[in-house]
Amino acid sequence: MKPDILIKIEQNPKYQQLVKSRTRFAMILSLIMIAVYFAFILLVAFAPGVLGTPIGDSVITVGIPVGIFIILFAFALTGVYVARANTEFDRLTRQIVEETK
Amino acid sequence: MGRGIQWGAAAAAGVLGLAVAGGALAAGADLGDAEQQATNWEAIIMFLVFVGATMGITYWAAKRTKSAADFYSAGGGITGFQNGVAIAGDYMSAASFLGISGLVFLYGYDGLIFSMGFLVGWPVILFLIAERLRNLGKYTFADVACYRLQQKPTRSLAATGGLATVIFYLIAQMVGSGKLIQLLFGLPYWIAVVIIGALMIMYVTFGGMLATTWVQIIKAVLLLSGATFMALAVLYLVGFSFESLFQTAVDVSEGVRATDIMAPGGLIQSPIDAISVGLALMFGTAGLPHILMRFFTVKDAAQARKSVFYATGFIGYFYILTFIIGFGAIVLLSPSGLENLGLNAANFLVNADENPTALIGGNNMAAIHLSNAVGGSLFLGFISAVAFATILAVVSGLTLAGASAISHDLYATVLRKGQATEAEEIRVSRIATISLGIIAIILGIAFENQNVAFMVMLAFTIAASCNFPVLLVSMYWSKMTTRGAVLGGYLGLAVAVVLMIFSGSIWTDVMGLENPPFPYASPALFSMIAAFGGIWLFSLMDGSEAARREHKLFEEQYVRSQTGIGAHQASVH
Repeated sequence: MKPDILIKIEQNPKYQQLVKSRTRFAMILSLIMIAVYFAFILLVAFAPGVLGTPIGDSVITVGIPVGIFIILFAFALTGVYVARANTEFDRLTRQIVEETK
Repeated sequence: MGRGIQWGAAAAAGVLGLAVAGGALAAGADLGDAEQQATNWEAIIMFLVFVGATMGITYWAAKRTKSAADFYSAGGGITGFQNGVAIAGDYMSAASFLGISGLVFLYGYDGLIFSMGFLVGWPVILFLIAERLRNLGKYTFADVACYRLQQKPTRSLAATGGLATVIFYLIAQMVGSGKLIQLLFGLPYWIAVVIIGALMIMYVTFGGMLATTWVQIIKAVLLLSGATFMALAVLYLVGFSFESLFQTAVDVSEGVRATDIMAPGGLIQSPIDAISVGLALMFGTAGLPHILMRFFTVKDAAQARKSVFYATGFIGYFYILTFIIGFGAIVLLSPSGLENLGLNAANFLVNADENPTALIGGNNMAAIHLSNAVGGSLFLGFISAVAFATILAVVSGLTLAGASAISHDLYATVLRKGQATEAEEIRVSRIATISLGIIAIILGIAFENQNVAFMVMLAFTIAASCNFPVLLVSMYWSKMTTRGAVLGGYLGLAVAVVLMIFSGSIWTDVMGLENPPFPYASPALFSMIAAFGGIWLFSLMDGSEAARREHKLFEEQYVRSQTGIGAHQASVH
């Protein structure tokens, strides 16, 4: 990349907006995923009884829906990110590339 | 130190290691030697059909594999969906399928905890590295890690970390698969290892990434179909009632299993162990060279993101299936469970009176026996053939990643300083593939009677504490220098290997010594801190002229990683 093009991109407000919003979005989603998973792991380590509590009269315990939920949640989070990145962020990126030419 | 921690350590290593197949799953009941079974013709015929089909694909792919880009990245022409299935295939190894369903069979709920650890790394890969990787790299993750650093030292580090990961993973797969095939097909161990090695050499040498990807896709579809059928069959037998499935499982386990199958058992008791294993599972995935390489097979960042989305979906679905399969096995592989459901008695146990959870062939056979229980010998043959295909596809991907580290990173960049012609590089990559294949066969045979359960945990830990930190920091921190990356990376690698030797899975299980000095299953917590800390410290202390140049180059790298301007384009056929 030539230095003048580099400066042009960096000074483009759309580029600044892209970097800012995408970095923020990615960080928030990562932290949510890490927090959910490690909260679960620490619950397993410190209070396994909580996950072993039966739901009502059923033999099924709290841990089972929680485990299935975390798997589905991880999938849903990737969907949320891809939905925004492949539309909003990619649109911004295309505009930046166009304006740089 | 409680018993729980110890078996936590053993189970961690066991599931991760394709312990699976062999006598290695320390967590389980005594597997003994994998005794050779009668020749299973249904399985062999179905496997031959698979080999025939994949050889056809390899022939087709070979005609299209001409350039280096074709060999390493299938010319960038794989779609996001196809790549997602292939990534899921790389991840749904025989270890996941047989190991986790076996763990659920034995311990119930605890099996699910491992599945989750394997899955939650994926969103983080997507958010933090997937698109930057695609925008910056060409063929290997080292392309990205070394983007603005001095090629020779940084490439050597990345290739060392990458090769170490690949080789440990590969040995574990070879040994496990030899034992599994011995058990399933009634073939002698060494013949099984040679067949796998020879087929994988053919796929990779002739068909490169294109053939490897399609082999992986076909296998993933077969495995998902087989597992879906099995889970549905289990649910059908319990009248599609989860309540009834779990209730019967609990009744059957009464007085038979030591832990409560509906609650977390002794798997993880020490918080440090929990965090360390969690880190190894989560971030190890983000440092596996054969997985990272897949991001270069798609056209652009948008497709790279889509691949992770589909992969996460398929992998999550697969782990839910293995959970149902594991509980199905608890019910259907027990005489009282069969009686309870009004089904004909069948025996899958070594000795029902002595130990009602000791399966013939070991507890990793839970899914295999279950296939027989729900679908008869024809379905047993199908699942056995799929297990064989799974191993083959996974070792092919690993070998391709290892060969790329040798030809693209070590030969073309370090040794020839980028002066090698494309033809020379491709030739070296093929020689490297064949050599790695032969080494894998030799080591597979040499390690037949060794305990290799630690090797996959070691591979994940090295990936999390050498490959991943260097890659991540190179993308995010402008002040990382060559010296910081190299010293920090080697430090992480060294700490991972040394602590692993001091942990129970090598110290006790391999060397037979008492009281392992390092009490946790994975050193990841410590080795990752060493790597990140080392990179940070040595980068800041680096006041060289080169370091200043490298800081300046970050700007350009950052803009490219964000916008994809200048990214390596797909070569369309």
